[in-house]
Amino acid sequence: MLRYTLKRALSLGLSLVVASLVIFFVIEVVPGDPASFMLGLNAQPDTIAALRSELGLDASKLERYLAWVGGMVQGDFGTSYTYRTPVTEMIGDRIWVSLPLALYALTLSTLIAFPAGIYAASRRGKPGDMAVMGATQLGVAVPNFWFAMMLVLIFAINLRWFSAGGFVGWEKGIPAAIKSLTLPAIALALPQSAILARVMRSALLDVLGEDFMRTARAKGLTRRQALMRHGLRNALIPVLTIIGMQFSFLLAGAIIIEQVFFLPGLGRLIFQSISARDLIVVESVVMLLVFLVILVTFLVDLAYAAVDPRLRSRT
Amino acid sequence: MMLSRNILFGGVLCLLVITAALISFLWTPFDITQMDIPNKLQKPSAAHWFGTDHFGRDIFSMIMVGARTSLAVALVAVGIGMGLGVPLGLWAAANSGSWLDELIMRGNDLIFAFPSLVIAILITAILGPGAVNAILAIGIFNIPVFARLTRAGALPLWQRDFILAARVAGKSHARISAEHILPNVANLLIVQGTIQFSLGILAEAGLSYVGLGAQPPTPSWGRMLADAQTMVAFAPHLALIPGLAIITSVLGLNLLGDGLRDYLDPKIRVMRS
Amino acid sequence: MSLLSVQNLSLSIGPLSILKDVTFSIAPGEIVAVTGESGSGKSMTALAVMQLLPDSARTSGHIMLGDEELTAQSEKALCAMRGNCVGMVFQEPMTALNPLHPIGQQVAETIRMHAVMPKAEAEAQAAAMLTRVGLPQDRFPLSRYPHELSGGQRQRVVIAMAIARRPRLLIADEPTTALDVTTQAKILDLLKDLVEEFDMGLLMITHDLAVVADMADRIVVMRKGEVVEQGDTKHLLAHMQHPYTKALFAASQHQVDLPNAEDGHAAILSVQNAVRDYALPRTKLFAPRTFHRAVKGISFDIHQGERVGLVGESGCGKSTLTRAILGLEPLQDGSITAFGTPVAPDMPAQARIKTQVVFQDPYSSFNPRHKVGRILTEPFHLVDTPPTGAALTQIIGEVLTDVGLQPSEAQKYIHEFSGGQRQRIAIARALITKPELIIFDEAVSALDVSIRAQILDLIAELSRRHNLAYLFISHDLSVVRSVTDRLLVMQNGEIVEQGETQTVFTTPQHPYTQTLINAAPVLPDLTALRDKTETAHAPA
Repeated sequence: MLRYTLKRALSLGLSLVVASLVIFFVIEVVPGDPASFMLGLNAQPDTIAALRSELGLDASKLERYLAWVGGMVQGDFGTSYTYRTPVTEMIGDRIWVSLPLALYALTLSTLIAFPAGIYAASRRGKPGDMAVMGATQLGVAVPNFWFAMMLVLIFAINLRWFSAGGFVGWEKGIPAAIKSLTLPAIALALPQSAILARVMRSALLDVLGEDFMRTARAKGLTRRQALMRHGLRNALIPVLTIIGMQFSFLLAGAIIIEQVFFLPGLGRLIFQSISARDLIVVESVVMLLVFLVILVTFLVDLAYAAVDPRLRSRT
Repeated sequence: MMLSRNILFGGVLCLLVITAALISFLWTPFDITQMDIPNKLQKPSAAHWFGTDHFGRDIFSMIMVGARTSLAVALVAVGIGMGLGVPLGLWAAANSGSWLDELIMRGNDLIFAFPSLVIAILITAILGPGAVNAILAIGIFNIPVFARLTRAGALPLWQRDFILAARVAGKSHARISAEHILPNVANLLIVQGTIQFSLGILAEAGLSYVGLGAQPPTPSWGRMLADAQTMVAFAPHLALIPGLAIITSVLGLNLLGDGLRDYLDPKIRVMRS
Repeated sequence: MSLLSVQNLSLSIGPLSILKDVTFSIAPGEIVAVTGESGSGKSMTALAVMQLLPDSARTSGHIMLGDEELTAQSEKALCAMRGNCVGMVFQEPMTALNPLHPIGQQVAETIRMHAVMPKAEAEAQAAAMLTRVGLPQDRFPLSRYPHELSGGQRQRVVIAMAIARRPRLLIADEPTTALDVTTQAKILDLLKDLVEEFDMGLLMITHDLAVVADMADRIVVMRKGEVVEQGDTKHLLAHMQHPYTKALFAASQHQVDLPNAEDGHAAILSVQNAVRDYALPRTKLFAPRTFHRAVKGISFDIHQGERVGLVGESGCGKSTLTRAILGLEPLQDGSITAFGTPVAPDMPAQARIKTQVVFQDPYSSFNPRHKVGRILTEPFHLVDTPPTGAALTQIIGEVLTDVGLQPSEAQKYIHEFSGGQRQRIAIARALITKPELIIFDEAVSALDVSIRAQILDLIAELSRRHNLAYLFISHDLSVVRSVTDRLLVMQNGEIVEQGETQTVFTTPQHPYTQTLINAAPVLPDLTALRDKTETAHAPA
């Protein structure tokens, strides 16, 4: 188990190094150099030169890369050119919107998908299954930002149960903050839960065809007992993969939903910085998101090992 | 074997969207470049089936032309993904276990590690917004999907005796891949292709919604939604109709994909998300 | 009174009739073997007794366990019966256990399903049961996972699960088919002992007539869902009535009429000290790569027209050796020479022409998307100027006729053929370049006995007609015996014994060869059996 964890951790570190290299060089290939790109067409040569020296563009690529990575390791993401504030601070404010939103949505999605998937699998081919599958088919097809607009139209504009957008802040109390994240979380979660429910169902149906399920029935377990005791945990392996992928999608998918609800999250930050051509903020936020995604992949790998003894005893 | 309900229903929906897109090249009920301010924000009527927008343009006509954009972007993006991903997957499977396989698959993992939407936004931000860059941004993330799928489908085939027989007949790995492996993973690719196509339509709508897809005056469903957002309180049909257009095409493609899977080979797995 | 009584059982799935009027019974302590070829419905009979049939199955008739009618039981009552009164052992031990649960928990589950007791008590019973089936606690603690056990050990766990509640009836569906012959012998002995110890009835489903003759008190022979003949084992073996039963036993004892090999020819294949290593996955992060030596310095020759057998159990390295001989994988040491040319993955195409191969599985040997004509001509890739047009059609027709098929069948797809026909096509593909050496890699192992007998005859006939040499690789001793002149016995990557086939069988020298031969179940000599019973019945 320790060996497996170490191996996954090594792979995590390697992915981070490669990802940081990729991001660094993507930013490097912008038309012109980063300084003239950030200042736009009408910039004066001396302004560009000032920014060049501020960004340290005169140093070699390797030096700049090392400085950037070195800074991030110490929690220093540099200073935003547009806002003149440390990027770390800007991220620190916004991550407390994006991360709770993603987790909220993931929780909702899982809470809806698991029972729906299990229910559909246990009634394969019957009306209950068809109804769930029809609903998920529709859920997969709905663009989340459109769904968000419809939620606003119904629950904020017509029914006035929620506000149409904005985030009250955690200082207004946890219930109020959660309430203002509820519509965005539902908008993110429902389409994802449709995907997850389908995966859950088909993973369960696959497991139902396995020999050991017949063995379980031959021992005297009822269908339901066999499904719950032997089916579910075996089906969890593909489902975990999807949950991991969904977290990264939810984190980044928030980028558009945050636009719809005017939420001050990372998505909105990255979008604003792209419009403002503030590459320092862009590369830092992208790196942070990639870090979170890779971290989740790592955690999912550990979860596999917790579920599957075959992984624990291997390398 | 009879065509299933999924294929029929999905096929009809897809056909509807494709027909609308094709007809829009020749004819639309109204000229979408023509503004008609006096007739702005009309509710659906006999003259304007889906009503008019804030410039008085006919929404039905815009939906037809928008279908063109959606289909073209998604189709080319799938083309990029298949064109590069399938050969990479075949290559990796043919050299399974070698450093080459390792390199291709780790490269795929890396692309998967990037939040696709963020990178798509980054690409369009750096290269400038527009349909071509949207295609590129969506297409890149299709590459690892097809590479993984092709490799996963090809690996068990390489263990089959008929591949051994071909190797005994002295055929090269490349030739075996083309002659024996590719035709046997084709079903898999067709099914995943329809799913990626539908995801492409969703991604294009998302990018256009945040202003990074097709630029005016080219109509696109995503941007119609963005335009509608401020008016949703008093003209909900502006938001409703483009959304239903997206749902129709995505639903149609997904149903078609599921139906094709059941028809071609029920054991096929698709990757969503 | 009988323990299990199946009366007029008929079963259909949709329009397909699977079982027709099946009737037989089992007494306590009795072993009844249901046998037949694939499609006979024998496995479905077992599932019907367990009442674990697919939802779409429709049954009629009676299945009585003691005085209870199983077909009329509620699902709840059936669940209480399964695992408690009736236990079942399945064919595939590799997949019959849940990979995520430790073996102790899986055995204890059977116990706790049917009896209320503390967990520790159930585990103690599970430990006792595992010890009874040959998995003592000091070496196989309850915390072991299935993937840590071999196939034979897993099958013991499955048996422990099935008998944990000391059921009155045990059903074993091809319990040893997936196992090696030495393991099979041990598992069969275990089953026999358990039947005696627990006074269980055993319903044994198997296609292997030698196992049937060795194990069963009574035999039920099935064909296409019907019982064609049944009776006391000794009596049935001696006095078979139904032509199908006779044909079945004749086929499984089939001796191929192998033409005499001509002596004194030159070696066409020469394997010298061949060594083949596989890299193992690293066990430690930065440890040097370790290697598994699958083939450990093997040497042998095959001469022109000579028919050589190679036997060994799974994992002995015979498949690895096959791939090396075919020039698909490189050797780490030593050499292989075929027809004067060194064999290696980069050997010239022309050098491959004279060695061809027939694989085991008739279902995976062909690209399902190609027609037979195209499949057959694939080896022509090795020829500089392959025949075309009428000449090609002519050759395809000849080679199909050669293996007993029609030239017109070149136009069909492979799914239109049965397993036996497919194996003929595989042989035709191997013959098309007129090779002098063919490797038969378990070429008849997947076939039913009657089809197997026909294919073996075909192989013998072709070797005479074309003066073919072949290497016949098999795990099944009885098959190798009649189609080879010389025999190689392989164990752990080494050839432990070689010699004239008949000599090796009658006077095996190496202990491993002796074990193999003793473990293989053998049909008794039916003629002797018949004479004996007749003498017994004759008036003194």
